[in-house]
Amino acid sequence: MLENFILSPQAYTRLWEGTQVTVLVFVFSTALGTALSLFFGVARLAPQRWVRTLASVYVEFARGVSAIILLFWMFFALPPLLGISLTPMVAGVLALGINMGAYGAEVVRGGIQAVPEGQTEATIALNMTDRQRLAHVVLPQAIPVILPPFGNLMIEILKGTALVSLITLSDLAFEVQKLRVNRVVIADSATTPMLYINALIFYCILAQTVTAVFGYFERRTVRSFGGAR
Amino acid sequence: MVRMRDVTLAFGEHVVLNGLDLDVAAGEKVVIIGPSGSGKTTILRTIMTLNRPQSGTIEIDGRQLYHEEKGDDLVPASEKHIRSVRSDISMVFQHFNLFPHKTALENVTLAPVKVLGRSKAEAEEEGMRLLTEVGLADKAGARPIQLSGGQKQRVAIARSLAMHPKVMLFDEVTSALDPELVGDVLNVLRKLAERGDMTMMLVTHEMGFASEMADRVVMFDQGRILEEGPPSQIFKQPREERTQRFLRAVLSH
Amino acid sequence: MTWDWEFAIERFPDIAKGMLVTIQATLMGMALALVVGLILALGRRAPQKWIAWPFRAVIEFIRSTPLLIQLFFLYYALPEVGVVLDPMPALVFGLGLHYGTYCSEAYRAGIDDVARGQWEASTALNLGTVTTWASVILPQAIPTSIPALGNYFVAMFKDAPLGSTISVAGVLFMARSIGSSTFRYLETLTMAGFLFLLVSIPAALLVRRLEGRYGYAK
Repeated sequence: MLENFILSPQAYTRLWEGTQVTVLVFVFSTALGTALSLFFGVARLAPQRWVRTLASVYVEFARGVSAIILLFWMFFALPPLLGISLTPMVAGVLALGINMGAYGAEVVRGGIQAVPEGQTEATIALNMTDRQRLAHVVLPQAIPVILPPFGNLMIEILKGTALVSLITLSDLAFEVQKLRVNRVVIADSATTPMLYINALIFYCILAQTVTAVFGYFERRTVRSFGGAR
Repeated sequence: MVRMRDVTLAFGEHVVLNGLDLDVAAGEKVVIIGPSGSGKTTILRTIMTLNRPQSGTIEIDGRQLYHEEKGDDLVPASEKHIRSVRSDISMVFQHFNLFPHKTALENVTLAPVKVLGRSKAEAEEEGMRLLTEVGLADKAGARPIQLSGGQKQRVAIARSLAMHPKVMLFDEVTSALDPELVGDVLNVLRKLAERGDMTMMLVTHEMGFASEMADRVVMFDQGRILEEGPPSQIFKQPREERTQRFLRAVLSH
Repeated sequence: MTWDWEFAIERFPDIAKGMLVTIQATLMGMALALVVGLILALGRRAPQKWIAWPFRAVIEFIRSTPLLIQLFFLYYALPEVGVVLDPMPALVFGLGLHYGTYCSEAYRAGIDDVARGQWEASTALNLGTVTTWASVILPQAIPTSIPALGNYFVAMFKDAPLGSTISVAGVLFMARSIGSSTFRYLETLTMAGFLFLLVSIPAALLVRRLEGRYGYAK
């Protein structure tokens, strides 16, 4: 029975190669997504109305449009429109990052608003600038509130990376599809369902890793406050 | 040092400050008393720029806080100007508002380093000196969560002092404390009051304390100053009926 | 390449028809997810560990892995063991199962929010498990869960276009097939995205209104 579940070494090599691409896409997308989240999350609370409106428009649009449609649009529609060419990697990272940024911006906004008003007043009494206030007092206290939902968001992005297989990027999902088609060549004893289950397990392991990393950071921030908050 | 002229502030329909005129001389210690919700705290908050008055002017050490002089006219001040004048003012809050993610010493040194441009070493040296003055040198490395209310408030006072303000505002700084911790904070305030270069405005319910350290007591009610005078006069022989009623209610505890 | 209005207007009906298919898939998928979610939530809360643990494992596994792979599994892999699904049923089943796990979390939060006293009162009145759940707990838990369920509904709508990868003739499928035959993706994909926003933004606003009504802010 087990031989129906275990794939051949060649298959696992292919899956591993795909996983590396998946991780790469994940890291770049979340880097972009995090930067956009911070930027637009803060912008949503800016004193100037036009900044707030612009940020809201971004959040509504980038959240409202489906990630997969955004991805296809980035890869198929944008390049001819601007007369440029985008590699699948760039298109994928842009689409996933922009999509994540919208959701993340709301999380950041919620975290900032969760910081007690008295903290802001204390920084005014100490004559700090807005930037100093944000960097040294508000954001550090917003982070414990932001981390758990952000961790969930990153799992969603991880799942979203599978979409780049649809624009021919050789990630884990793409390798699985190739294996299914080429099984005759690789001559596995494993059944096709088991092939997909293996892939799902790979993703599951990646997801658990991300969750564990976030759990570590969550515990560390609790400590920096001197114990239970 | 502080000159408020015709300051009006309303929250929607509710008028909190009603054409307020108030002068505080340099080095003077003024205590503001009055019923809850009378707007006493709002006076301090408008000076600290936490709430902006709809009309009127506030002068700090001869400089307009919310306005800039352009020729003969007064125009609304830029953020830069407000910050510049605000550097002479600091405030201690009823609920301390210490930074929970920083140690006591870090709380005291953050603003001097970032705003005044001191070096970390300088700021820490002065910070330790201030913490020693308020009796908390041994708690320099503690986080707010490990401190009692009274200790937190004393750190808050040290934090404000580190900015070398000319005017210090105290908003009911003992109201949130357990009774046995109030004394320590009042002692620190007494020491501060001995300084001639420190202008202090306090909103407080501690009448005994007020009568011993205030130069002037201001009775505030319904958006205006009801009466003001030296503590001996206000507490012993208040002129206004409402003042008398208020004092009777408060002092009979 | 610049925008060709004639082309766009000519192809719009096809895109719109695709949108109807996508919406249809979402509605059916959500109906399934609501039911699946409840079953999963109840199973996860079973007092017997040997029941609860497998439920928990399945929920975690499906929730933390890509819907795309799960759809491929249903459409490409199952036929090998004799289960052949048409594109739309495969999509609805995939959406229902995947989002069923999300809904189970929403139900769980709603159930946990029901005051402890309700359980104790039910015991005191000797109501029995089924009656307790059906008449006391769920009627209180489900309204609390509605905003979260609403959010997942909107989210599912955004995932429904994945059906295009298993030949469901939804809005993305239409946009892509027109695009691949005419080599013009700009208008079709843009219209698809635009139609999407037209539906999802009002839907999201509606859900936010629900949050206000049910006082559920998580």
